Amino acid sequence: MYILVAGGGKVGANFARTLLKDGKHEVTLIEQRRDRFIRLEREFEHQIQLGDATEIYVLERAGIARPPDVVAALTGDDEDNLIISQMSKEKYGVPKVIARVNDPRNQAHFDLLGISPTVSATRGLMALIEHEVPEHDLVHLLELRKENLEIVEVQIDERAPAAGKRVEDLALPEGSRLISIMRNGHAEIAVGSTELEAGDQVLAILQPGKEDELRKVLLKS
Amino acid sequence: MKALVIGCGRVGSNLALQLDREGWDVTAVDEKEEALGRLGDHWAGGFVLGHGMDTDVLREAGIEDADAVVVATDGDNTNIVIGQVAQQRFDNQCVVVRVLDPARAEFYRGRGLRTICPTSVAIDVLLDSVRACEVRPAEPAKT
Repeated sequence: MYILVAGGGKVGANFARTLLKDGKHEVTLIEQRRDRFIRLEREFEHQIQLGDATEIYVLERAGIARPPDVVAALTGDDEDNLIISQMSKEKYGVPKVIARVNDPRNQAHFDLLGISPTVSATRGLMALIEHEVPEHDLVHLLELRKENLEIVEVQIDERAPAAGKRVEDLALPEGSRLISIMRNGHAEIAVGSTELEAGDQVLAILQPGKEDELRKVLLKS
Repeated sequence: MKALVIGCGRVGSNLALQLDREGWDVTAVDEKEEALGRLGDHWAGGFVLGHGMDTDVLREAGIEDADAVVVATDGDNTNIVIGQVAQQRFDNQCVVVRVLDPARAEFYRGRGLRTICPTSVAIDVLLDSVRACEVRPAEPAKT
């Protein structure tokens, strides 16, 4: 199959890489940022082109008129993905177009303009999180990969050992700190004298892997 | 008559001011608050802060009963998407969309979107001006 991939970010580049590894496909990747293009060109060589994939001449240079069997519009811009999809389908008769939706609020626009199927990482993640939340007492909010830290949210209930205790009296694991306490819709910075109560939502920063120790101190006796 | 102007930059703001002078009830939409300043100190029309891709913003600006919608943000693709949403979702009969790229402007014109391409207009005007100079081009150089 001939597959045209628009957008050489994390999603687009990894998708193209996977396709090429299969060894069964002809792939062209289009990336508009020069710095990214230069970095990716070392890997993709003739299989990547520099340009704005919403420009007709860029698409034509990449062989849109053949047309490809599949066009994957995977840029970080929903407007761009919509335009690439519409032109691929309606101007060039591409039989299969896959569009990435970055902001789930834009899904309605894709539906309105008949762009389907769509894929949305955010929507997928949200579903996973919503699925996990009722079961789990500790939710990962943010990963600070470079710092090797993460921010988690912990819900304190009546049976939690931390309920009724002051922050300074907790034996928090090394490499962890409480950031803030959310109570009745108000957030406060957690200091030593802050007393935890049942119903509090606590933000904590910690090194990845310390979750279980933190859970033990805050949630389980 | 109610007009919505989405994108309140140099083009959008002046258009909004002119429509206002001509008696339209104008609401401008822009994602930057500074854009309101372009409408001057005496702007009596509406202004909604937000992105034109956001249908809540469009509704707040009154797209549902607008008689005319002008889309003139600085992004061609954004304009084309908003224009189609105004036309197809909100059933606006008069939607005018600014598209700088002549190729995209032509393609979407063919699909029933009223696109205006300032680039093509500029090329035509410049060509006419050059022709009006009545200066004959030099003979091709002999080699």
